[in-house]
Amino acid sequence: MPDNTVPRTGHSAGNGAAPALSRRRFLSVAGQGAVVSAGVAAAATGPLLAAPAAAGPDPNIVPVPNWSKALGAGVNVNPYGKPSKFEKDVVRREVTWLTASSESSVSFTPLYALDGTITPNGLCFVRHHGGEAEIDPDKYRFMVHGLVDRELVFTLEDIKRMPGRVNRAYFLECAANSGMEWRGAQLNGCQFTHGMIHNVYYTGVPLRAFLDVAGVKPKGKWVLAEGADAAVMTRSIPIEKALDDCLVAFAMNGEALRPEQGYPVRLVVPGWEGNMWVKWLRRIKVGDQPWQQREETSKYTDLLADGRSRRFTFIMDAKSVVTSPSPQAPLKQKGPTVLTGIAWSGRGAIRRVDVSLDGGRNWTTARIEGPNTPMSMTRFYLDFDWGGEELMVQSRAMDDTGYVQPTKQELRAIRGTNSIYHNNGIQTWLVRSNGETENVEVG
Amino acid sequence: MPAVVRPGVPPAKAIALGRPALPEEIAAWNIDVRADGEGLPAGKGSVKQGEELFLQSCAVCHGEFGEGAGRWPVLAGGRGTLKSDRPEKTIGSFWPYASTVFDYVHRAMPFGNNQSLTPDETYAIVAYLLNLNDLVPEDFVLSKENFPKVSLPNEATFYDDDRETTEKSFWKAAPCMKDCSGEVHVTARAQILNVTPDADPPKGNLE
Repeated sequence: MPDNTVPRTGHSAGNGAAPALSRRRFLSVAGQGAVVSAGVAAAATGPLLAAPAAAGPDPNIVPVPNWSKALGAGVNVNPYGKPSKFEKDVVRREVTWLTASSESSVSFTPLYALDGTITPNGLCFVRHHGGEAEIDPDKYRFMVHGLVDRELVFTLEDIKRMPGRVNRAYFLECAANSGMEWRGAQLNGCQFTHGMIHNVYYTGVPLRAFLDVAGVKPKGKWVLAEGADAAVMTRSIPIEKALDDCLVAFAMNGEALRPEQGYPVRLVVPGWEGNMWVKWLRRIKVGDQPWQQREETSKYTDLLADGRSRRFTFIMDAKSVVTSPSPQAPLKQKGPTVLTGIAWSGRGAIRRVDVSLDGGRNWTTARIEGPNTPMSMTRFYLDFDWGGEELMVQSRAMDDTGYVQPTKQELRAIRGTNSIYHNNGIQTWLVRSNGETENVEVG
Repeated sequence: MPAVVRPGVPPAKAIALGRPALPEEIAAWNIDVRADGEGLPAGKGSVKQGEELFLQSCAVCHGEFGEGAGRWPVLAGGRGTLKSDRPEKTIGSFWPYASTVFDYVHRAMPFGNNQSLTPDETYAIVAYLLNLNDLVPEDFVLSKENFPKVSLPNEATFYDDDRETTEKSFWKAAPCMKDCSGEVHVTARAQILNVTPDADPPKGNLE
């Protein structure tokens, strides 16, 4: 390996600033990757610090690996592609003790293993109240009636022929996301503490288009949205929201809705609690007052410490969580570390995310990278050098209304611990010196 | 050349999509019942009839007296617990409207045999649930006609979302960035509870 001679001279390779190296020599050295870098690392200075040289040749490099010798699978072995088998642990998970039956329950998005802002369709958390309805798209019908000039029935084809189709990315967060954490740290992993959320690119038609075709009467102030599954889920929605940005959606991330997400049609209610995003949408009824259905009286009302309850708490407030490091994504190495997480707000776009490594005493503004649109998931990063010290990692989102994500203590001071829903308090992860990470509360 | 619908312009009301809904079609799906009783079907049922039906179709999950079996919902009791550390939120202690009981039982119960109850059966089961919650006597007969007279004890405690007022302090121009608190300590750990399902967390490999 004559060209692999490592210059153990203590020169920095950064910016070509090594005076002893000619430019030609520098380029040659820089092109030799890890082995060369060991020499650079010996200098212990400069921005391109890297790991020491290996004791011997890496067996993943020196013998030619099988995948470079034998032909792989053909182009249509998987007509609908699947993740690599090495990603088999990146799956939705259920917490069986949470609910009495799996048909009225929830599974959680593996946030710890995801990056970017779009949730893959097969990993989007699932919340059913009566199991997954299997609806033949040819038999699907959508009815608009009540306080309208024309009571109408639409087929799926009708919906797809409506003018004004739009594409929008929005987060869908269950009102109960983080609800098990009201009393303290309970579940170990952001999949479980924050995974009742997904962020998907929807294709659909504004609900307004259907209401315009039907002609809402002046007395029409609320709509009832209803699903066709065995729960026949219903929610009352103010007419202003229905006419503003709600979508009758038939596609997610470019393909038909998944059955567990409401195939063939679901309601999209941007920024508002996930329960209102009625799946298998079969009916919109216009009325002059809310219907006080089970999901807006017994459920999705927020009991406060004084025994009274908030109702119609539709908006999901600004929230964030560090997804790595987190209990399911511990730190494996000292040195350069990429901290990443997600932030979102039902009130608008995320303006800023701050990160603390010391339990909220000091904060650094993180780098927002990628799409940053209203009522959609935003990805943030903080690159830092970890020396193996214990960390108390937190993130704090701020949206473009000036709302700042509160601490759990601030929330509890106003609401108590029994409101179940709308827990957007700041999460703390304790990163121990061996890299293992725990869900904790600090004070 | 076909007429082009311009983007950004709301679709004309004359769009030839969707067909008129027939009265039978609307009736089949229009099953919701409002707090003011709108939507209640004709019919009636007694506490006694409701008790029989409940024992047949409901008690296996909800218990003979609405006390709940296993993790299944508790339907009766819990009065006076809403301010306590462990509130028990039942029809009698928490729900604001009896209309919701009728609507939901008729719409989505029994779990797994949904929409199998006739209006009369639903009236009877609601009457029994009201009786279990000590809200009507044992000889009570619930009907469309007397339904508006039934009120639940907790109705007055619900109020509309007031976060923008009561949580106004969460809107801040410049949140603290430096030396925001004194010493910070861990006060609670999820690991101690150990109730997280096995998520195969990879271990750190630091030496």
